[in-house]
Amino acid sequence: MATSESAYYLPEVLPPAGPAPDGRDKEFWEALNRHKIVVQRCNACGNLQMEPEWLCHKCYSFDRGWQEVPGKGRIYSWVRIWHPIPPALKDSCPFLVVLVELADANGLRIVGNLLGDPNQEVQIGTPVEAVFEDHKQRNYTLLQWRQVK
Amino acid sequence: MAIATGIETESAMEKNTIKDKAAIVGVGESKYYKRGGSPISEFGLACQAIINAAQDAGLKVTDIDGLCSFAMEQSEPSRLAGALGLPELNYCAMAWTGGGGVAAAVANAAAAVACGYAKYVAVFRALAQGQTFRFGQGTTGYGMAGLMGFTVPYGLTTPAQKIAMRVRRYMHEHNVTQDALAAVAMASYHHAQFNPRAVMYGRPLTREAYDQSRWIVEPFHLYDCCMENDGAAAVIVTTAERARDLKQKPAYIMAAAQGSDYRDIHDSGNVPDFSSANYKHLARHLYEMAGIEPKDVDVVQSYDHFSGGVVITLAEHGFCHPDELNQFCTLENLTWPNGKLPLNTAGGNLAECYVIGMQLVNEAARQIRGDSTCQVKDAEISMMISGSVTTPTSNLILHG
Ligand SMILES: [Zn+2]
Repeated sequence: MATSESAYYLPEVLPPAGPAPDGRDKEFWEALNRHKIVVQRCNACGNLQMEPEWLCHKCYSFDRGWQEVPGKGRIYSWVRIWHPIPPALKDSCPFLVVLVELADANGLRIVGNLLGDPNQEVQIGTPVEAVFEDHKQRNYTLLQWRQVK
Repeated sequence: MAIATGIETESAMEKNTIKDKAAIVGVGESKYYKRGGSPISEFGLACQAIINAAQDAGLKVTDIDGLCSFAMEQSEPSRLAGALGLPELNYCAMAWTGGGGVAAAVANAAAAVACGYAKYVAVFRALAQGQTFRFGQGTTGYGMAGLMGFTVPYGLTTPAQKIAMRVRRYMHEHNVTQDALAAVAMASYHHAQFNPRAVMYGRPLTREAYDQSRWIVEPFHLYDCCMENDGAAAVIVTTAERARDLKQKPAYIMAAAQGSDYRDIHDSGNVPDFSSANYKHLARHLYEMAGIEPKDVDVVQSYDHFSGGVVITLAEHGFCHPDELNQFCTLENLTWPNGKLPLNTAGGNLAECYVIGMQLVNEAARQIRGDSTCQVKDAEISMMISGSVTTPTSNLILHG
């Protein structure tokens, strides 16, 4: 994938992505850098959960593992953003943000942008596939989506 | 003996309620301004609102011995107590969260007076968005800890955008149309036309203007989103016993509740009941404590930072079935004087003033006292609901 600014869905005017300061989601972001999607999986009871947390909300085990899931899902909800916040996104509006229900992940969801025409018709339930957007200068990868043709 | 103990416990539980133990006895506001319009500081606005509420109650400011607020209020209690010359500060508490904390702040005050920590608690919120922090500007300016990392890099930064995501899903599941959102927005504007305090007084909203207004984030038009303002509002809470001897007709706190539904975590895309306003169990608790049903409610103030959240909130409080929202949420039903359920009768966050919803408590109390600018005839039961799709959140019921 190209690394020029034009390859990004949104310009790099937002704070850099990456792990939370307390490191609870470090493995998730490291996996994205390798173009893999992982969700938190409890080593004690097998519960899948997102967003990552230090313990399993079902059995309270702190023994956390990570399960790779396929780069596929369906649009669970979506918004088309017209008012630029921060104002530096002015030339990027409108743009699309989707909440994707990941395939084979027990209904877990994740936010990303829907690539392509920002004015495209969007429908809840539409299948989407993952696109990994590398931000090499800033050392992170974003998980983006496009409608499956 | 085991049975006797059980009965005692049940009886103690029954008595263990705030119902009718406290009342709102005074309401006060600063003048309300457009953002950046206040000639005095946010702290000064807070003082004005508290002073006005004490005067309205027929109390001396120095009778106040407790201070409660919410949403990271910046006018902290020791500076306030100093500025107002309070002889004793006996209680102060901040409710967690943003606009979800309004009723919780009143509930904290009610608990404080009922427990004897303090006698007269001022519940207040001040906001001068030109001077301090603009909620609508989202979270990009101050770091991205934790959950923000899953939304901000994709441009999903503001409350409007995140709540739109949940409202969109709800609209899909229950076939709610844009008409329902428009009715909520227009009801607030309708009521503001009778309220000289309202920032949008003299600025009516037509359906055409609503439809033609720009999108902020689909499905929210400009008029679906609250204003940014400078202003402050306050109420005085005391015990039911003291309330009876004061100047105003007391608005008794019939019930109050605060909390969240199962794993409803603000900013998370993984809330199990994603298409909700976070009121399913809180509404049940509220009605149970009050001992009433939705049909008994005469008038509602529901935190209208975004119209779509109000639509879901009305259904979760049992005013109609989710699949009947298009029929229920009409301008006719939601407006004074003839509507089934007059909503945001002073103009709400959308058209009176955005004081993070504190002004909705003042209006809920006025409806019980009988001095609203859109006074619902014979109003006996008045509900106030804090920020929807916010966690934790809160609600309360007042009665005469
Ligand atoms: Zn577990």
